[in-house]
Order: sequence, then structure tokens, then C-alpha cells
Amino acid sequence: MTDTSRPRPAVEARGLHRRYGPPGPGGFEAVRGLDLGVAPGELFALLGTNGAGKTSTLEVLEGLAAPGAGEVRVLGLDPLRDRAALRPRIGIMLQEGGFPGELTLAETGRCWAGLTTGARAVDEALDLVGLLPRRAVRVKQLSGGERRRLDLAMALLGHPEVLFLDEPSTGLDPEARASVWRLIRDLRAAGTTVVLTTHYLEEAEELADRLAIMHHGRVVTGGTVAEVLAAHPARIGFELPERTGANAALELPALPGTSTELDGRRVLLRTPDLQGTLTELLGWAARHRVELARLDARSASLEEAFLAIAAAGSAGGAPSAPAAGPAPAAGPAPTRIGRAA
Amino acid sequence: MSTTATAPVRTALSRLVALGRAETVLLRRNRTAVFLALVLPFVLVGSLRSVLRTAAEHTPGMDVNGSLATSSMGIVLLVVVYTNLTTAYTARRNDLVLKRLRTGEAADAEILLGTAFPSIALALLQCLLLAVGGAALLDLRAPANPLLVLAGLALSALLLTALAALSSAVTKSVETAGITTLPLMLAAQFGSGLMIPLESVPDTVANLCRLLPTTPAFQLLHIGWLGTDGTGPSEGFAGTWGPAALPLLLAAAWAGAAAWAARRWFRWEPRR
Repeated sequence: MTDTSRPRPAVEARGLHRRYGPPGPGGFEAVRGLDLGVAPGELFALLGTNGAGKTSTLEVLEGLAAPGAGEVRVLGLDPLRDRAALRPRIGIMLQEGGFPGELTLAETGRCWAGLTTGARAVDEALDLVGLLPRRAVRVKQLSGGERRRLDLAMALLGHPEVLFLDEPSTGLDPEARASVWRLIRDLRAAGTTVVLTTHYLEEAEELADRLAIMHHGRVVTGGTVAEVLAAHPARIGFELPERTGANAALELPALPGTSTELDGRRVLLRTPDLQGTLTELLGWAARHRVELARLDARSASLEEAFLAIAAAGSAGGAPSAPAAGPAPAAGPAPTRIGRAA
Repeated sequence: MSTTATAPVRTALSRLVALGRAETVLLRRNRTAVFLALVLPFVLVGSLRSVLRTAAEHTPGMDVNGSLATSSMGIVLLVVVYTNLTTAYTARRNDLVLKRLRTGEAADAEILLGTAFPSIALALLQCLLLAVGGAALLDLRAPANPLLVLAGLALSALLLTALAALSSAVTKSVETAGITTLPLMLAAQFGSGLMIPLESVPDTVANLCRLLPTTPAFQLLHIGWLGTDGTGPSEGFAGTWGPAALPLLLAAAWAGAAAWAARRWFRWEPRR
């Protein structure tokens, strides 16, 4: 399995399990055999619905919690056993973390700088997230979005080699989100490995080199954005006219590689080749003078891939697609969309 | 490593200083805590004096002024270290400050000690004021064994810090800290010889009281300063080690046990 042409992953997890509560039905298994690998300098996004196990996974990677089973390595170190050696090299931003409300931003930064090896100047860190003008303000007076940005600034204080961000842009207004995205991109360009969780799909599409979609404690789909999308067909929807008069014997043309779903007069086509299928369809419609009402053609989006996984899960158990391991090329079989499929 | 050559290296000491400095600013900005820490002990000293005078009537040979000084130090330590820190730990936990600190380089014990730093420093400063004030106003003698006094202060501070961490584990909010600290406050004031001299109660009760967590450390203060645990004549430096041996051992054992229990049961995040 070892591929020597690839550098050693910056973050690596194998067979990770994490459980809350007592054994048996009283407890809850939040992470169920998770594998992932993040290459040095890569920006990796962990996606999933609420309760998919993203934060539970991240806490194990960060060394804040012990895994029930499985193995974790960050920069080749064990996050728990080698905590003292590893912590100075990583930065962590929790989904929910606090700073004392009665300290100013500058005082908060000074305290954190005193706890951080190789800390940059406090004003520089505040400037990175656009909070420098607020340096003399007390933390309790910050808005929710400003608090998130202060949290990010503290995570960046020690020039981390690996940065863990748990939902970094949740609670930010669009402008602040755009500037946080720019900052994360700059960090990545400077060689920082970034692992982030998000439930904003456009965030993963925008930022991530690779991503993994989690569902019920497992990675169900993973790879580059293009690879994940390739596993999901494009969709063409339209309505056929009433089958009366000239249209009584109307039959759709043969569209190879396409699956068809009928709901009364409503037709939903799924195709790996949107342009080709659409050309065929529109040619056929023109030849037969058929009006395709409410025509709608869409290439696959991460949102559809995501919804398909969530729907498959709520329809009974997670899809049995293989977990996305460190090799990104191993894309899983296409997940079927919709319950009727 | 991506750190530059001039990058500051952080040690346990520098982390304690950073946490202690931030916590000092927080203490200064908390008016209730400042008021309690500065005023309450001296109010207690006033009422303590009449309590100890009454006790002296049926406790022959008791040094009222001496006991007043050492008992006051015990109460200052209880109020400023124990109750104040129980509140501080609970507040930091509920504000998710402790959770955030644990993502950094500071070890758990450093976070707890750094947070405790200003409370301990303030309590020790007040003990010093009591000693100076006592010498000037109450004709207080010089400590018989300063080493025992220092050991008593250090072990009390450590023990009460650990007990505060333990109490905060069962304290849901800052508002309920007054209730959760009450049992230990009462036990320590009445059962550890601060308000009621142990030599004035029946032997069986006194012996039980001597086993309470806070009694041995406070006894060290008393023996170290006044040269006696109240059951015998006042001794000099060399003579105090005998009566102090058992309390010294017990105080260290209690401090160790409390520190272990605090590590084991302390809660870093609010209950969900």
C-alpha cells in the first residue's frame, strides 16, 4: 500500500473510532472506522451534516481526545503522547472556544503569545484578521464574527505548520468570510497544511485541494472536488406535453449512458455527459416540434453530491462506498441520487 | 521547523507568567472579587477576636492575640484562595476559556496554577500584612519556627487551590459557587481550629478534627508561629519539630491527595 513517490502525510488517521457514553446501546459511536490522509501543504476539507462526526474527528487529530481505536499521526507524531513536541507546530481553532470577556484584544493576544512558541507580534496577528483597529476593545464587546476572527488570529500566532480550523467561517458576514477565505488561501500558498471542517459547500469548493464527505462517522466520498463531482451525474429535467393528437405516440430518443426517471409528464435524466445528452435531446425536440416545458439542465455540484449522501443516509444507513484513503484517485462508485433511483 | 532564529522559546515558567498576568488583570477588573478579597478577611478578624476571647476563658494558657493572627491567616487563605478560585475556575470553564487554553502549549497543571497565581499572591500578601500589623498593634511575638510557617502557607495554598478546582467541578455557575463552597468553609472555620481552639473541645472530637483536610496545614501555621499546638508549652525553633511532625506529614498527604483528585475530576468544559 505504501507509495514511496508521495511525501509522508502531514495528517494521517487509520481505522479511527470514537465513542461517547457507556458500551452498548446507551452509548453513541460518533466516528466509526475513519481513514484519511492529508499531504503536506494541502488544504483538506472535512464536510458533513451536523452530527456526522466532523468535530469528534478533529478533536482526535488535534490531540484533545483519545481515539477509542485506530491510529493518528500529525507531522509523524502522536498527538497525545507527543503533545509537548507537536503543539508548538500546530494551530487550533475550535468551533466554540472562549477568551475572557474582560480582557482587551491586545491583552488576550499578549497572554496567548506568552503561551506560544515562536509567536508573531500580537498586532501582526490581529492585523491578519482585520482586528487591529479593535485592539483596545474588550473581548465581551466583540460581535460573534469578530470573536471568530480573534480565535483565528490566536490559532495563527505561532506560525503553525498544520492548522486545524473547525468551521472557521460560521457566523461571519459575507465580507468577513471572503477575507477569511483570502487569508486561508494565503496561508496555504505559504506552505501551511490546513484541515478545516465546514458545512458550507461553496467553502470547500472554493478552498479545498481535496475533501472528504463524512456521514454517520465514516468518510463516504473523498478526493479532489473534480473527482467527487465526476462520481455524480449531471441532471436534465423537463416536462413532456400531453400525449394527445400529434404527440400521442411520442417516445424519447435513446440516450446512451443516461438514466431516466418519470413522474407523470415530468422527466428527470441523469447523465455523465451533459452537453452530449442535451444536444441529442434538443435535436429530438426540434425534429418533433415538442416543447420541453420547465427545461432545466445542471452540471453536478458539490451540493448535489452532499444531498445525495444525506438522502441515502436518511433512507436507511450510510451508503457502503469505500472510505477515501490517502490515495485520492480511488474514487468510489457513483452514488445514486434520490430515493426512487 | 518554520520558526525563526529569534523566535521566543516558551517554558513552563513563561507560560505560568503569561497566564498569571492575564488573570491578575481579570481579578483587578472584578469588583466583587476585589471587595471580597480585601474587605471580608478584615471583617472576619473583628468577629474572630471576640470568639477567641470567649474561648480563652475556658482554655487556660491560650495566646489570644497569637491565635488571632494565625487564625486570620487561615481565613484569608480560605476566602481569597478557596472561594475566589472556585468562582474563577467555574467562570473560565463556562466561558470556554479553559477549553480554548487546552488547545495551546500549556499543560493542564500549568493552566490551573497560572489561573490560581494572583489569588495565591494576594492571599500571601494579606498574610504578610497581618503579620506586620499584628507585630505593630497586638504585640505579636516573632515566629518560633519561620520554616514551619512558610511550609504551612505553601501547603495551605496548594491544598486550597486543588480543593477549589474540585469544588468548581460540582459548581454549575458562578452564582452557585457560594453554595458549593459552603460545606468546606464551615468545616474549615469550625473544625480546623480557626474559630474554636482544638484544645478546648473533647479529645475524641479534637482528634477527628485534626484529620480534616484543612486542619494540618493550618496547625503548621499555629505551631510555627506560636511554638505550640496548644496542648503543651511554647517551644523554640528546635522544639517545634516534634509537635509539627504529624501535621506536616498529614498536610503534605492531603495536598497531594487533593491535587491528584483535582487532576482526576476537574471539568474542563461545561456540562451539556
